[in-house]
Amino acid sequence: MSPRCHPSLYWNTHSCPTPSGLSPEKTEPLTVPRGASPCHIPTSRLQGGWHLGPRSILVALLGCHCNSTRSPASAALSTLTWCRHDDLKEMLDSNKDSLKLEAMKRIVAMIARGKNASDLFPAVVKNVACKNIEVKKLVYVYLVRYAEEQQDLALLSISTFQRGLKDPNQLIRASALRVLSSIRVPIIVPIMMLAIKEAASDMSPYVRKTAAHAIPKLYSLDSDQKDQLIEVIEKLLADKTTLVAGSVVMAFEEVCPERIDLIHKNYRKLCNLLIDVEEWGQVVIINMLTRYARTQFLSPNQNESLLEESAEKAFYGSEEEDTKDAKAEAASLAKRKPYVMDPDHRLLLRNTKPLLQSRNAAVVMAVAQLYFHLAPKAEVGVIAKALVRLLRSHSEVQYVVLQNVATMSIKRRGMFEPYLKSFYIRSTDPTQIKILKLEVLTNLANETNISTILREFQTYIRSMDKDFVAATIQAIGRCATNIGKVRDTCLNGLVQLLSNRDELVVAESVVVIKKLLQMQPAQHSEIIKHMAKLTDNIQVPMARASILWLIGEYCEHVPKIAPDVLRKMAKSFTNEEDIVKLQVINLAAKLYLTNSKQSKLLTQYVLNLAKYDQNYDIRDRARFIRQLIVPTEKSGALNKYAKKLFLAQKPAPILESSFKDRDHFQLGSLSHLLNAKAVGYQELPDWPDEAPDPSVRNVEVRGTPRCTWDILRLGHLAGVLGELQKVPHIPSLSDSEESGSSSSSGTSSSSSEEEDEEEEEEGSGEQSEEKEGEEEEEKRKKRKEKGGLRKASPGSAGR
Amino acid sequence: MIHSLFLINCSGDIFLEKHWKSVVSQSVCDYFFEAQEKAVDVENVPPVISTPHHYLISIYRDKIFFVSVIQTEVPPLFVIEFLHRVADTFQDYFGECSETAIKDNVVIVYELLEEMLDNGFPLATESNILKELIKPPTILRSVVNSITGSSNVGDTLPTGQLSNIPWRRAGVKYTNNEAYFDVIEEIDAIIDKSGSTVFAEIQGVIDSCIKLSGMPDLSLSFMNPRLLDDVSFHPCIRFKRWESERVLSFIPPDGNFRLISYRVSSQNLVAIPVYVKHLISFKENSSSGRFDVTIGPKQNMGKTVEGVVMTVHMPKAVLNMNLTATQGSYTFDPVTKVLTWDVGKITPQKLPNLKGIVNLQSGAPKPEENPSLNIQFKIQQLAISGLKVNRLDMYGEKYKPFKGVKYITKAGKFQVRT
Repeated sequence: MSPRCHPSLYWNTHSCPTPSGLSPEKTEPLTVPRGASPCHIPTSRLQGGWHLGPRSILVALLGCHCNSTRSPASAALSTLTWCRHDDLKEMLDSNKDSLKLEAMKRIVAMIARGKNASDLFPAVVKNVACKNIEVKKLVYVYLVRYAEEQQDLALLSISTFQRGLKDPNQLIRASALRVLSSIRVPIIVPIMMLAIKEAASDMSPYVRKTAAHAIPKLYSLDSDQKDQLIEVIEKLLADKTTLVAGSVVMAFEEVCPERIDLIHKNYRKLCNLLIDVEEWGQVVIINMLTRYARTQFLSPNQNESLLEESAEKAFYGSEEEDTKDAKAEAASLAKRKPYVMDPDHRLLLRNTKPLLQSRNAAVVMAVAQLYFHLAPKAEVGVIAKALVRLLRSHSEVQYVVLQNVATMSIKRRGMFEPYLKSFYIRSTDPTQIKILKLEVLTNLANETNISTILREFQTYIRSMDKDFVAATIQAIGRCATNIGKVRDTCLNGLVQLLSNRDELVVAESVVVIKKLLQMQPAQHSEIIKHMAKLTDNIQVPMARASILWLIGEYCEHVPKIAPDVLRKMAKSFTNEEDIVKLQVINLAAKLYLTNSKQSKLLTQYVLNLAKYDQNYDIRDRARFIRQLIVPTEKSGALNKYAKKLFLAQKPAPILESSFKDRDHFQLGSLSHLLNAKAVGYQELPDWPDEAPDPSVRNVEVRGTPRCTWDILRLGHLAGVLGELQKVPHIPSLSDSEESGSSSSSGTSSSSSEEEDEEEEEEGSGEQSEEKEGEEEEEKRKKRKEKGGLRKASPGSAGR
Repeated sequence: MIHSLFLINCSGDIFLEKHWKSVVSQSVCDYFFEAQEKAVDVENVPPVISTPHHYLISIYRDKIFFVSVIQTEVPPLFVIEFLHRVADTFQDYFGECSETAIKDNVVIVYELLEEMLDNGFPLATESNILKELIKPPTILRSVVNSITGSSNVGDTLPTGQLSNIPWRRAGVKYTNNEAYFDVIEEIDAIIDKSGSTVFAEIQGVIDSCIKLSGMPDLSLSFMNPRLLDDVSFHPCIRFKRWESERVLSFIPPDGNFRLISYRVSSQNLVAIPVYVKHLISFKENSSSGRFDVTIGPKQNMGKTVEGVVMTVHMPKAVLNMNLTATQGSYTFDPVTKVLTWDVGKITPQKLPNLKGIVNLQSGAPKPEENPSLNIQFKIQQLAISGLKVNRLDMYGEKYKPFKGVKYITKAGKFQVRT
């Protein structure tokens, strides 16, 4: 039997899941004809190719024979769909878990393929209370996928979750909340709200974490709940466990990033917990704290920036002005209080620094941007090493990191100079990486390293990758404009490239040479002559236009050649590209003004050709120029100034990095990468002029501190005793503790308040936790049996 | 955060999709295909693409594009790192991260993705936790499952997620307790035409395979820890111990994992273990050229250099190559223009040499560029930086583990310009 029997068969069968798992017994019910079968599947969704065995074709054929009253095509389609899913339904209705599981697996495979399985909803939703954990999980997967489409039926499952929320096992509570909040059905918003509120004060930190995750879900479903959700966020922000911290900050960022005041009281806690939060949470917290710090602390570089400015002025400005300025500035400096870094600002910098050693590139990048935006100039350097390390990672990571390095290297060039060679390019790098590395190398070029960089560029120019060669030529041009010392060398090198066999290389060189010549045309009439000769060979429009402009602009340096070039161009005028035509007109006009004897006729000819050009820009330009340069009785006063208009001194172009000024976007963000504001991007505020009240971050100590804080203390204790190894269940926690303790001793006396507070906490925390530590050791086995329930109870004891 | 994920194979079929929030239509991938077409080369597909309503962030791993759909601002590295973590997890579970492996295990893949993200925010990414939740498929287990009807989903609950050491699963038991460390160092170098080193650096990693029962607390110390200039750690390592004593102290995850990766400070001179003598020239106007390459050992500290492979991307104008190798075998692919010479072991008595004629397209101008040679090699039982593990101590458990350290040096991105 072949599918040729029914033309429609091919795509009919596409709607079915793979029958590979079917045993003959299972297929049998498929052949049983049913009555009118509604086809739920929109045909637009039927795509992709499931491999069909002969059995399914047989099934399809049998199906349509039975429904012979209808047109064969539609019958085949509907029966098939019906039968196939009927089979799954029967399996789902059976008492055997293994059959249910098999059915669910096939349904999930359909979903994974992007196939529609929504007509199975009633059959699937019945199994939401199934005992088998895998079936249950797969039902959840299905439910979350389709609940939105079948809201009424989805409501059937709600009571199961509500029951789950009351379960004694924390993990069941958590998973019930997770699914409940993932079902995007607006009717249940009040139920979700209630569940979140309840879960937020659950004694298990894992359930509280899930509650934090549920907050943005509810918010996206119904933004009217914002106020109530903010209350929950406020409550969860006060949570002292590492498990919750990342998730709640995430919720904060999605729901109410503007409520920076909610952070005050939790700022120090977040800083101290940071190292123990899971890596994804770290990224979110660090990014949020960067923004927070920008609003709450003073710029650590304010004095330096003033000093720098004055230094620059001293270099350029005349002496008189200079002394005046210096005085004024000295006064303003004196008026300003000497800058003392807020101890909280210091705390943040100190606690994030170890995270530069993270294995997670996102964390490293987050810390790097924090340092770039917040640290005093002298300290920013530490991030360079870590960023360079990331360059060895996957090429996508390299791409993002290099973009950020490019931005940073404009502002703080010194930072990456020691790592110059790490940006050298290999022929195996992808082109987009090569171009970014080139950008960084160009940014890093200065008087001392330019010779090595240029030598490196020389090898790049011989690369097979032409896009990359073009970018290299641009880079050479930029080096030449920025560093006067090497301008002539670069120019000579570029002129040599003009005899390259590859046209793209020549064209790019012409464009760059044009820019360079504009800086000092007088000395280079030889080069201009050389380029004039190129008009015979070179075809790239941009390059031709550049040459013509150059000859027109400096026609006085090449009085003999210029009219000849115009003659040639007039000949080929009609075949040129638009930008070239415009430049031919331009050249004609300039020659007419300087050398009208030789070029009058040619100019007239060109202008006449342009007058009837197809492009209206060119026609307009021709008309405009004719009025301007050819004196008639009607032409106005402008005529007298035509020469001044055309041959005015033009400022040389500045070749700049495209990464300049990108740092007004927070580094590491999507917006920075795209150089455009992404949806939901939070501006990085400017430093305030006056520091807001720092006392808002003081926290009163009340009761016995719990959980992580206590564990921190314990870690500290253990560290002091040198018995770290005996307390195996508190691994890296000890690190943050040690850094925390050194922080309080390291800061200036102004942090004494904080210190007192910490000590108090320590005093009360140590003993209780020490006991707890022993307890935990003893009861570890018991705890395991109880499925982690025990684990939560020390937390709840404090309540 | 991450809205949806599409897995796309090289021929442009979307073979898996997963949505963590509302469903995003497959048609969003058209923007990706457009960018892919423009990029020509798979490597040059920009990792971040902006579309009118979404942003697409993608990675390319093992011939699969992982394309994620984003709707709001998010650090791009966050997503990229996560996607790589997903690919690593597939690798870990199925032994390979290929289209067939994913299709064969689509249900497990779906269960994994469900656990790894909640509403687009990463939930459980540690392999130890995931393995507790969803057991990796093995032949034995699938046989057992089909007989007994049990499942791959663990019915125990993920205690790791609740503990302070989320990377280690609880209740680990082995009859043989073993801890192996592989110190793998890679030399990244650019050698210029004349044979002098433009840039050289040693990058190392310590990969561990730890099968120890209970909750062992390990500390690993080095003879010469000062060599390590820049280090990144697995989260299990206590940072302060390293800062103060230069000792790696940690409670390890169970199984295979990367303990640290490091860079040896660039001030140290890097000993380059091989040298390459090369002569590649194309004659003007005669559509042929000469090719002559010899590889020899240099400063290899008495160890043999093995597994030597040279790959060269020849210029486009090259039609064919007629070469003779004194050792090993070579292949030239006339379509991609890649010459591969599998040399094998280098014996100093008789240096391997590859020599012959290059045929160029007739009439084509002589290529301006000389290709660069990419060299791979391996040296067993040597860490080229001189790094040495001093000792490994275990606390917290009574048994005596079997310990082993292996050193190996490899070529990383090792390139000789000609």
